[in-house]
Amino acid sequence: MIGNIFAWLTDGTHWQGYDGIPRRLLEHLAYSVTALLIAALIAIPLGLYIGHTGRGRFLVVNAVGAARAIPSLGLLFLAFFWLGPRLSGDLALLAPVGLVLVVLAIPPILSGAYAGVEGVDPDARDAARGMGMRGPQVLRHVELPCALPLIMSGIRSGMLQVIATATIAAVLGLGGLGRFLIDGLAAQDFPQTASGAILVAVLALSVDLALALVQRSVVSRGLTGRFSTVATFDAVTGAEPPAPALQPSGSERPPHGTG
Amino acid sequence: MTWLRDHFGEVLSLTVQHIYLAGVPLILGLLIALPLGWLARRYRGLYPVLIIGTGLLYTIPSLALFIMLPVLIGTRVLNPVNVLVAMTIYTVALLVRTVADGLGAVPDAVNQSASAMGYKRGRRFVSVELPLAVPVISAGLRVAAVSNVSIVSVAALIGVQQLGSLFTDGFSRAFVEPIIVGVVACVLLALIFDGVILGATYLATPWLRAGKASG
Repeated sequence: MIGNIFAWLTDGTHWQGYDGIPRRLLEHLAYSVTALLIAALIAIPLGLYIGHTGRGRFLVVNAVGAARAIPSLGLLFLAFFWLGPRLSGDLALLAPVGLVLVVLAIPPILSGAYAGVEGVDPDARDAARGMGMRGPQVLRHVELPCALPLIMSGIRSGMLQVIATATIAAVLGLGGLGRFLIDGLAAQDFPQTASGAILVAVLALSVDLALALVQRSVVSRGLTGRFSTVATFDAVTGAEPPAPALQPSGSERPPHGTG
Repeated sequence: MTWLRDHFGEVLSLTVQHIYLAGVPLILGLLIALPLGWLARRYRGLYPVLIIGTGLLYTIPSLALFIMLPVLIGTRVLNPVNVLVAMTIYTVALLVRTVADGLGAVPDAVNQSASAMGYKRGRRFVSVELPLAVPVISAGLRVAAVSNVSIVSVAALIGVQQLGSLFTDGFSRAFVEPIIVGVVACVLLALIFDGVILGATYLATPWLRAGKASG
């Protein structure tokens, strides 16, 4: 069985042409990265604002929880019927997929952003105010840099979910690595489906590794150096995917205390 | 809404099936994740291995897992056991890290006190460490519950009946109402799962409220 999968993956004809692996990989990456960027553009400013002001926190925590519960497949079909007729060409299919992936990526990024800002050491914030910084300056020079590790881990966990879920683009007939799953299912071609799954996992891990490197370069050394135990923990686990569980559990702990 | 009234019985039986397919793996997954999480704490060398290993499982797209499991474990394609196994794998993937981190958050002083009082390792785990780790484990379980309810619906693509079948039926007949009913039912189901876990956590953590009464 493993031999068949290996044979499928190493077959030269599967690596070229319109439905070849490189093209499907690029399509998959394009869907995922575009959706993640849109989600980040919405979720990071909103999360920073909520974390900084504490306003709308209750509403957003609950909205985020409800958004996680929306089944991606159902949302995809709803969006297809609602958006499809209003748009033309490829966009009629791309927009529903994009919407599903953006809705999927917003919760982890948003909770990472507000939990990150909320978790900033109050002394650091006080010190910044004592030095004469105003609200927006405190946010930009103190809270944002201190919140970066959690923001990045929110982005990484959102990216993992988006890459795994972007396979449903193929359900609407679009491209991406999901094609190998759907076509493999239709043709009862097990090696093709398994190869598709392996390619998705490899893509997810590679992107996560790249984001881990980004995280290392953007997070201030003052942060990683000061908490030396945190730094060694990162050194052990930094290159692997952050468990999606850790992010929400961190962000859902505050409600336990207040209510 | 007339569609829902006419098909209420059908929606109800799909909901029951959905609860079964999403709920049972939650319990099985927790039972498997507890010893694995304990191992990851007990033997530090195992921590990265277990966390990376279970993290890898989570990158497998659910659709792929649903399609591949019959071949891997020798079941029939339409057998719901495939979905149960797949969902259990995802639950374990989410919970091992949570359990390990929850156990790690138990203060050393508490563990040492328990040992000094004569608790052997096994009993200390069951009656001291595990109860104190409940709030963290519960937070992870809530995430797993909500994501299970959502992922199970994908199994409609391989023909296993549950609320997701309303999506595929509605899609193939270009009929929006079943899809809306399915989405709403899924969200409600996730909220109910969440509420049940919150309730169980409340009952399992009386000490969290002990401080409030006196202070």
